[in-house]
Amino acid sequence: MIISVASGKGGTGKTTVATSLALAMGSSAQLLDCDVEAPNAHLFVKPVFEAEETVFMNVPVVDEDKCTQCGQCEQICQFNAIVIIADTVMTFPELCHGCGGCQAVCPAGAIGEGKRTIGIIQNGRCNGLGFVHGRLRIGEAMAPPLIRHVRSRINPEKTAVIDAPPGTSCPVIAAIQNTDFVVLVTEPTPFGLNDLQLAVQTVKTLKIPSGLIINRSDIGDNRVAQYADAQNIPILMQIPYERNIAEAYSRGEPLVEAFPKWHQHFAGLCKEITRLVSGRA
Amino acid sequence: MKELVVISGKGGSGKTSIVAALSQLAKNPVFCDADVDAADLHLILSPVIQETHEFIAGHTAFINLKQCTKCGKCLELCRFCAISPDFVVNPVMCEGCGVCNYFCEDNAIDFPENLSGHWYISSTRFGPMVHARLGIAEENSGKLVVRVRKEAEKIASQQERELVITDGPPGVGCPVIAAIGGASGVLIVTEPSLSGRHDMERVVELAKHFSVPAMICINKYDLNESITRGIREFAEQNKIPCAGQIPFDPAMTKSMVQAKTLFEYAPDAPACSAVRQVWDQVLKNLS
Repeated sequence: MIISVASGKGGTGKTTVATSLALAMGSSAQLLDCDVEAPNAHLFVKPVFEAEETVFMNVPVVDEDKCTQCGQCEQICQFNAIVIIADTVMTFPELCHGCGGCQAVCPAGAIGEGKRTIGIIQNGRCNGLGFVHGRLRIGEAMAPPLIRHVRSRINPEKTAVIDAPPGTSCPVIAAIQNTDFVVLVTEPTPFGLNDLQLAVQTVKTLKIPSGLIINRSDIGDNRVAQYADAQNIPILMQIPYERNIAEAYSRGEPLVEAFPKWHQHFAGLCKEITRLVSGRA
Repeated sequence: MKELVVISGKGGSGKTSIVAALSQLAKNPVFCDADVDAADLHLILSPVIQETHEFIAGHTAFINLKQCTKCGKCLELCRFCAISPDFVVNPVMCEGCGVCNYFCEDNAIDFPENLSGHWYISSTRFGPMVHARLGIAEENSGKLVVRVRKEAEKIASQQERELVITDGPPGVGCPVIAAIGGASGVLIVTEPSLSGRHDMERVVELAKHFSVPAMICINKYDLNESITRGIREFAEQNKIPCAGQIPFDPAMTKSMVQAKTLFEYAPDAPACSAVRQVWDQVLKNLS
């Protein structure tokens, strides 16, 4: 089973939920931090890292001797990553999406594959809990290929928990698509509600079942709960705003470790998600 | 004309609430919401839309099964696993590279342009605003960010307004790169938590990478004063001006719930004087 934790808005508590859920399951689980632009789960789980791999994307390299400047590569490229300027083929590897079109189309066989570093993947463990995260190279624009690499490390024998990036566009899609269940995390404020509505549209587009956790459940109003009710999205948990929870968070202490009662709540959450997923199958 | 872009790395550190509060202190600004994925500034500034524009960017492949002979060439060439074994394109997976369309010998693949979202020019009680809505599960957020920033700049120069205040997206990837390139300065809003600091350091590095001057503002500084001190030391070591620190103040959230700026909701709240000081420092550093 793969459970992803997402929210439209940033800072609502995705990482708090993802780390607590994974830690509550312990050695039967694997935590994958797919928020490769701002990965934070490791600050809470504090895994012992065992290995690191640099992740590359394929980009074109032109053999000037073979190139006839026919221009077909420029024509097929949708991203302006290869152009002919004054009889020279120029490549812009930062713009390349790695589709391989230029290489496939070149009649002279002049285009080979080079590499652009997009980031790194590190994996390790915290007691029995498996841990993987990606870190996007600073200056690299494209997060989705790195997210797909992180997901390629999923161990099918464990329950995978994916900490997804915020938003509703390609990085979120790469993180949550083909997962069995999405835990949406929000706060009961106008920003939280607005971005939850976008996240709900996203999970509906992808046809993934979901449930809601309302974090800092007492700081705003009840419009989020009303919305969840109207959309038939089960409210799985409410976490109140407490100064000591916020302080423990600031120090990188997982909720389930700082406050043992939350360990029980998250173990229960895990059972509830399993029930909801298997009930569907 | 200057453009200040407010970013944070980590989401939820208070970017939008602070931009909304600053909206009242700035003289003759133009507002730009560059968080096109999950825009929120409109919830406080209540813009009245004057113009709506379609945002057309990128393409998506579509296989016409009547013409398709199932030769498999597209399946073999697609690097994004966007084509199913029965030759249906999953539009969410399609990268819009057009390789399938180019090589299809049966002419069975269409490659139409996408309507990826909309952008708007609006008026607010504090000045004009340019904002956008990216379609759900769409790509090209960076291009839409560039578009809203260009339009905001255009309005500023037409109306002789001296400042564009841009509410940026979280993270360090494509939309953030698009939001900060060429800006006069970025204000990095962080919070004193290990996560806040970690993500702030990444976004500082990003600003350096693109040679955009950065300033730091610590929101909810009293949540963990030892991490706050660490952030100030980091700023000093890296020669990044610290524009100030704002205390945790429930008025910040309460004003948002009322769809008001901090100064409209609670002009005497402790956070107000802190935000004023931040603004003075920002103006000093921008000029």
